[in-house]
Amino acid sequence: MRISILDVTKRFGDFTALDQVRLDVRSGELIALLGPSGSGKTTLLRIVAGFEWPDVGEVQFDGEDALSHSVGERNVGFVFQHYALFRHMTVFENIAFGLRARPRRYRHSDQEIRKRVDRLLDLVQIGWLRDRYPRQLSGGQRQRVALARALAIEPRVLLLDEPFGALDAKVRKELRRWLRNLHNEIHVTSIFVTHDQEEALEVADRIVVMDKGAIQQAGTPQQVYDHPQTAAVHEFIGESIVVPVTVEAGDVSFDGTSLGLDPQGVASGAALLFARPHDLTIVPTTGEHRLKGVVRRIHGIGPARRVEVVLGGETLIEVGALRAQQLRVGQLVGLRPDQYRLFPAAS
Amino acid sequence: MTVLPYSEYVPHDDALIVRTPARPRLRPRVAVRDDPVWVRYTVIALAVAFLGLFVVVPLINVFAQAFAKGIDIYLAALTDAEALAAIRLTLITAAASILVNGFFGLVAAWAIAKFEFRGKNVLITLIDLPFSVSPVIAGLVFVLLFGLQGLLGPWLAAHDIKIIFAIPGILLATIFVTFPFIVRELIPLMQEQGTEEEEAALSLGASGLWTFIRVTLPNVKWALLYGVLLCNARAMGEYGAVSVVSGHIRGETNTMPLHIETLYEGYQAAPAFAVASLLALLALVTLLAKAVLEKRSAKE
Repeated sequence: MRISILDVTKRFGDFTALDQVRLDVRSGELIALLGPSGSGKTTLLRIVAGFEWPDVGEVQFDGEDALSHSVGERNVGFVFQHYALFRHMTVFENIAFGLRARPRRYRHSDQEIRKRVDRLLDLVQIGWLRDRYPRQLSGGQRQRVALARALAIEPRVLLLDEPFGALDAKVRKELRRWLRNLHNEIHVTSIFVTHDQEEALEVADRIVVMDKGAIQQAGTPQQVYDHPQTAAVHEFIGESIVVPVTVEAGDVSFDGTSLGLDPQGVASGAALLFARPHDLTIVPTTGEHRLKGVVRRIHGIGPARRVEVVLGGETLIEVGALRAQQLRVGQLVGLRPDQYRLFPAAS
Repeated sequence: MTVLPYSEYVPHDDALIVRTPARPRLRPRVAVRDDPVWVRYTVIALAVAFLGLFVVVPLINVFAQAFAKGIDIYLAALTDAEALAAIRLTLITAAASILVNGFFGLVAAWAIAKFEFRGKNVLITLIDLPFSVSPVIAGLVFVLLFGLQGLLGPWLAAHDIKIIFAIPGILLATIFVTFPFIVRELIPLMQEQGTEEEEAALSLGASGLWTFIRVTLPNVKWALLYGVLLCNARAMGEYGAVSVVSGHIRGETNTMPLHIETLYEGYQAAPAFAVASLLALLALVTLLAKAVLEKRSAKE
């Protein structure tokens, strides 16, 4: 099912949680809403689910207005960060809840319900926990139950709010791979909220980066990582080195030294140069157009090393260097950005 | 002042603490259970003696006095028409208190625990009011409101509605006095549980009523039962507020505590204690039920 979010705005008192957000989620897509806390991603998810209503804007499911329907009528599966399992019901009863809650004339027979629940238990690989209570399960197992419970109603869309946020690192990795595989199997349109970029990059077909209530960029993980459109996206996805520079007369300079770089269309004035740590190469200081800095610390084991360099006396950055490279603390080095992005400083 | 190595000892009143620098203990501290035998037994004996003197002896005395003139008098006192009327009224009052306070307790606890709104703290304070107001004053308030000389008295009299010195007054007073018991049990639990389970149920297509019956209610059932138990015990035993509004009309507006008092004042000790033994029995049953409830809810 296709979801269209059209110019949705939501305020809580003076705080603008969402500011004219537009987003299209294609049918069968697994999309990640990624952003720091307070960026509005959970609010957006809750609006799609029907737990909150926007002040302005529309939400459409397959072109039909969804806002005139309650959460129960929208047929969405919602998975909570803290599972929200019914604590006094067994795993089986939890998963069967949605099927049993239907009005009598749409309800399946008891036998059919049992068959469906057992199938879901197999799907999430926890058949052996059928008669346990939530408090007897581990976090990962609980989240599988929560997912099976959400899938039981055959939702048109699956919404997951930080589904792995409360799990430890190892279980989290395992579960997100499993979610990816599950999605490949059942292909239900899914939106999940996360603040973990690694999770978003690994699981999602498409990533929507949010900040301060607005969508910064939407694209495949590759696009978002390689071609960040705003400074916020560059900062948030992957590691970033940020150097304050000045753009003047078609040239970029740092600390009064011309760097001989293309300003990438950024207007004259203060700007920020963004680069990935591996895109800055340490080179001798001789030669022109170099960022110059002093090595302050060298650390790291294995083939690669991390070198902290102080630029212009105050900007501290950390770059990668090969072990073969002869470096010592206090040495003056040059840095060459092989790949970089310039953004106006104000953004 | 002698300085003792009491560095871990924190009395309630901070102003009174003389903080001493922690110094190494020369001797490992003796665990309390390793205290000398005589200390142990003295402490236990003191506790038992106190309980015996203030709880067990009076309780036994109630039953002893009740049967002092033989079982016939005992049974006669309980099956007397006025006694039966008092018992019936007490049961009705307790049932009404449980129903009304159970319903409004759930509603109020739900509102306080699951929503944010202006004036919430005022509401919480108001809920505690019956705890802090003397029951006699609570009764008086109703008299001043509904009594003949009261605010609504003339209007009520004109429409031939009797509240004071009648059953409605007794119900009102008892409901007022027992109001906090159920809400107080529910609020902390509901606050802790939050609203996610209800949201989950709604997203699964459950109706509001179904969600309440299948999710909210089972989640608070032990607290609710516990509150009902306390409410019931207090409703049956309430004297002060009821005494003011009842008018002590024998066989009509006398509840069990009032009936006991009427009998006792009339020098009928044995019948008074016979009815009292029923109330005492109720207390014992309440205690037992409370123990069972606590055990079962701990298991879940």
